[in-house]
Amino acid sequence: MTRFAIFAATASLCATSAAAEIVKPTDVTFVDGVIEASLTGTPGDPAAGAEIMDKGAGNCIACHAVTELDHLGFHGEIGPPLDGAADRWSEAELRGIVADAKQMFDGTMMPSFYRVDGFIRLGDAYTGDAHQGEVEPLLTAQQIEDVVAYLMTLKDE
Amino acid sequence: MTRQTRVRAGAAIGVVAGVLAVAAHAGPDDDDLVINGEIEIVTETAAPEHIEHVGTIYSGWRFRSDETQAFQVDDFDNPSMIWVEQAEEVWNTAEGAAGKSCASCHDGSDSMAGVRAVYPKWNEDAGEVRTLEMQINDCRENRMQAETWKYTGGEMVNMVALLSAVSRGIPVNVAIDGPAQSTWEMGKDIYYTRYGQLELSCANCHEDNYGNMIRADHLSQGQINGFPTYRLKNTKLNAVHARFKGCVRDTRAETFAPGSPEFVALELYVASRGNGLSVEGPSVRN
Ligand code: HEC
Ligand code: HEC
Repeated sequence: MTRFAIFAATASLCATSAAAEIVKPTDVTFVDGVIEASLTGTPGDPAAGAEIMDKGAGNCIACHAVTELDHLGFHGEIGPPLDGAADRWSEAELRGIVADAKQMFDGTMMPSFYRVDGFIRLGDAYTGDAHQGEVEPLLTAQQIEDVVAYLMTLKDE
Repeated sequence: MTRQTRVRAGAAIGVVAGVLAVAAHAGPDDDDLVINGEIEIVTETAAPEHIEHVGTIYSGWRFRSDETQAFQVDDFDNPSMIWVEQAEEVWNTAEGAAGKSCASCHDGSDSMAGVRAVYPKWNEDAGEVRTLEMQINDCRENRMQAETWKYTGGEMVNMVALLSAVSRGIPVNVAIDGPAQSTWEMGKDIYYTRYGQLELSCANCHEDNYGNMIRADHLSQGQINGFPTYRLKNTKLNAVHARFKGCVRDTRAETFAPGSPEFVALELYVASRGNGLSVEGPSVRN
């Protein structure tokens, strides 16, 4: 009991100190479009990742079809279907693609989900007004890890 | 695997799977549009020479469902026509200190047949490219001494709808050379600029991906021969610049203002991508 309580306390301590060690968008190292290490140190949650595929700032299925998410309806045809993504790519490659696909695919239409600079006429979300203040990436570091964890479940083989 | 082969493998998988998935939507359909049994609308033709990456141009009508398309076949079914009739009344009504109506200078509204097709257009006296809206406001201000209309406001969009209606069937033919050229170039730059946090250009969606679905939307070429458009989504007439604004906003960008030099230039450029399609507005879209 006591041991467990101590463990929990240490874990939450770790979580806070890990939060401080989150790799910032401007500090990410890409090697050939790949990000080797986790952006947070906390494993991604595939269920949370599946939600990001559907909604909000992720909305991956606006452009990609995923058979497993068929119940959500209306998948896009802009990018390749993501079925079997984990057979084609490693976790580190997927992390790179989701964080900033332009590093891997030159000039791709896919948005950069973990980048905060280099935009032209950056707006304040979908208001059409100019952006003020500090720029948030489209997805947080943990959301990137969650999406990558979800993609890692997409195996055909 | 090298980076190059990885990219190609991914793309090839996309193509194969894509063929299966998209069969239901891919590309424009094969329907013909004849309005009121008499006005034949060119909804497909060879792209004008100044357009680089597209061989054939299509009206947005060809990307809409049969149900949406049907609204345009007969004016009795086209919800826009209520506002066209209102504009017809305004056309004939004197307003402003000069005591004139549009008709005082121009006769019937049908005397405007063909005008929509060549706008935006260089105006020599003003030394600028003018949209139809700018010209209408110039007439109101200087010939009628009446209040100008808001650029995308109701009166304006109604009047543009009337002027489009009387030009239906006439091919779009905006001039892009001579003094209009620098404006056209500016519009082209805007068309290919990837704005906003999503870094998307008009070309990303409407040149590279027309015919594809983006979530629930079937992407067209983003042609403007059908403007103003009545949209089932907001049940009103929508001006060209309002549509531009919506599309730029959706890239998470700071938009340009309706009537701004940027949108005037973009309108000239986008109109020129449709040279050869019939004027079709006021059209119906979803
Ligand atoms: C606006 C369109 C768009 C959006 C939104 C988008 N993508 Fe992509 N994605 C693409 C395109 C296009 C490609 C193909 C890469 C290229 O350009 O060659 C791609 C490629 C990929 C690949 C590699 C595919 C393969 O198997 O080869 C993965 C994985 C991927 N995207 C995941 C995602 C995830 C996860 C999200 C959301 C967080 C997302 N995408 C959002 C357009 C998009
Ligand atoms: C993220 C994708 C996207 C981008 C970027 C985009 N659009 Fe669109 N646009 C759409 C969608 C979706 C529609 C509705 C379906 C259709 O007609 O294509 C649309 C519709 C239009 C229409 C109406 C066509 C008709 O027949 O009624 C025009 C005009 C248009 N866009 C112009 C533009 C211009 C100009 C730009 C750049 C400033 C632009 N769009 C950028 C997605 C986009």
